[in-house]
Amino acid sequence: MTPELKGMLLLTVLKLLVVFTATVVGVALLTLMERKVSAWMQYRLGPNRVGFGGLLQPAADGVKNILKEETFPGQANRVLFTLAPMMAFIPAMTLGSVIQWAAPLPVKFDFTVPVLGQFRYDGLMAMSVIDIPIGILFVLAISSTGVYGIALAGWSSNNKYSLLGGLRASAQMISYEVAMGLSLIPVLLLTGNVAFTEIIKAQQHGAVGFNWFIAPLFLSFFLFLVSGFAETNRLPFDMPEAESELIAGYHTEYSAMKFSMFFIAEYANMVTVSAMVTTLFLGGWDIPFTHWDETPGLLQTVITALAMFLKVFFWLFFFMWIRWTLPRFRYDQLMALGWKVLMPIGLAYIMLIALAIYLVDNVFGVTTPVVKMLVLFAINVALGYLVFRVFDRGLLITGSRGRNAAAGGLERTA
Amino acid sequence: MAIGVKVMKRPVKDVSYVRATLKGMAITFKKMFEQKVTMQYPEEKSAPEMARGAWTISPRWRGTHRMLTDEQGRSKCVACGLCPQICPANCIKLVPGEDEEGNRYPLIYEIDEFRCVFCGYCQEVCPEEAIHVGVHYENAEYSRDRFVYDLERLSSQTHPVSTLWDPTDPKGE
Repeated sequence: MTPELKGMLLLTVLKLLVVFTATVVGVALLTLMERKVSAWMQYRLGPNRVGFGGLLQPAADGVKNILKEETFPGQANRVLFTLAPMMAFIPAMTLGSVIQWAAPLPVKFDFTVPVLGQFRYDGLMAMSVIDIPIGILFVLAISSTGVYGIALAGWSSNNKYSLLGGLRASAQMISYEVAMGLSLIPVLLLTGNVAFTEIIKAQQHGAVGFNWFIAPLFLSFFLFLVSGFAETNRLPFDMPEAESELIAGYHTEYSAMKFSMFFIAEYANMVTVSAMVTTLFLGGWDIPFTHWDETPGLLQTVITALAMFLKVFFWLFFFMWIRWTLPRFRYDQLMALGWKVLMPIGLAYIMLIALAIYLVDNVFGVTTPVVKMLVLFAINVALGYLVFRVFDRGLLITGSRGRNAAAGGLERTA
Repeated sequence: MAIGVKVMKRPVKDVSYVRATLKGMAITFKKMFEQKVTMQYPEEKSAPEMARGAWTISPRWRGTHRMLTDEQGRSKCVACGLCPQICPANCIKLVPGEDEEGNRYPLIYEIDEFRCVFCGYCQEVCPEEAIHVGVHYENAEYSRDRFVYDLERLSSQTHPVSTLWDPTDPKGE
């Protein structure tokens, strides 16, 4: 191996360790945050006994989960039953490695270790474990493999509630992947690239010093957020669990650390979706109103990491906020929303945006990106008004009789 | 849809899901910063005064028993045997004794608090107002046999007693 390759390997392994540890610790703290936020919203205090203000509660939970008895239901498929939590856990953990967590850091070292030989690295180090040029595709591909774990968990448990939960999860995740994929296409149209670094770069310059895609592509953002909720099986779309009808859905029969792995996977997916929303629509690690963060440096990396953290943290809070605000959808409503509302809107939106970009670029010959973004923003304001004021008004989520009504057409929601 | 089921008309024209969602989110966010109602149990306990977060245990609460004593410190019980008779759970063990002056007193008076269903009949039936159910809830012990309360234990309890049945006001007026 060349010294350069070894240097890159060394950095990758270090970053891998850091990201993995941060994800696991972060997820542990997120469980605490979830309980705290839910408690505060319900006039309660939440866990506050273990450690200062309850900070060690996740550690206590972890110890409990590791020491608990592992149970296997009778007639369960032991192999798949054991494999399923891992299959849910691994993709969730993998996804964190492609997210750009901060501005790239200039790294330079050249040293020799007695046995391993020479390590050399000189250049910008991307602040993700691996800076692959197909970021979005990778995330879409890996996140959809997470459904195998859930479906197999439901099937191998030999429990009808688990099976129903698993089936619901697979149907839901596959349906909303369509909407999610469609909502990403306008972003790709604007940037012309699927790498996260390029998408972030495209959002750094604009009319007001930044050009976060939330403004020119607001509907995309909204669609992505809604399908993100469905993809992570969070309320109001937590059909797979639906404790009032399915006990706990696919993880009914799971106990101890195997249950914990599903739990960690869910929260890790939340982190990933939050980071995706941030990267795609809120400029990633970009700090608004300044271009100071674009020149590489240690300070810049630290500050941008903080900015990224704040944005991701907001979306994580948003996930919890929604969870403790909205009631759960009914299953047919969920499917109707995905296929009859989000997918058509996504398709129409792609056409509109593509047309607008084509007109701005080729017909009117406007070359400044600022004007282009302003045009798109105006289109979004109009569309947003249409969707949220006109379509949203006077339309009900179907009652139970709606499924029997031949006409349908009332099941729109937003 | 089954025949004859009345389906209510919904206010279709005024419904907006986005608006309703935003309204709900505003409410939950506001609630996060409002006064919490949790009582920090081991530090804060039920108190007669309604301080912040405090609550009072109901005077009609029926908890573990207490035997009242007279001025000489002897238990008021005359071993009449009514309480073991009426006890539906059969948890009172009473062996009567008699002293030189012919006064009856309990030689053994034990209540198995595990068997007790806390109906309060013993307090209600007692002609001497000796045995009472207490307004008390902290009963944890390290071993099971500590839950058979003997006469000494019952007499040494100091917690307030239930006013479920008041002899001066038998009808609860």
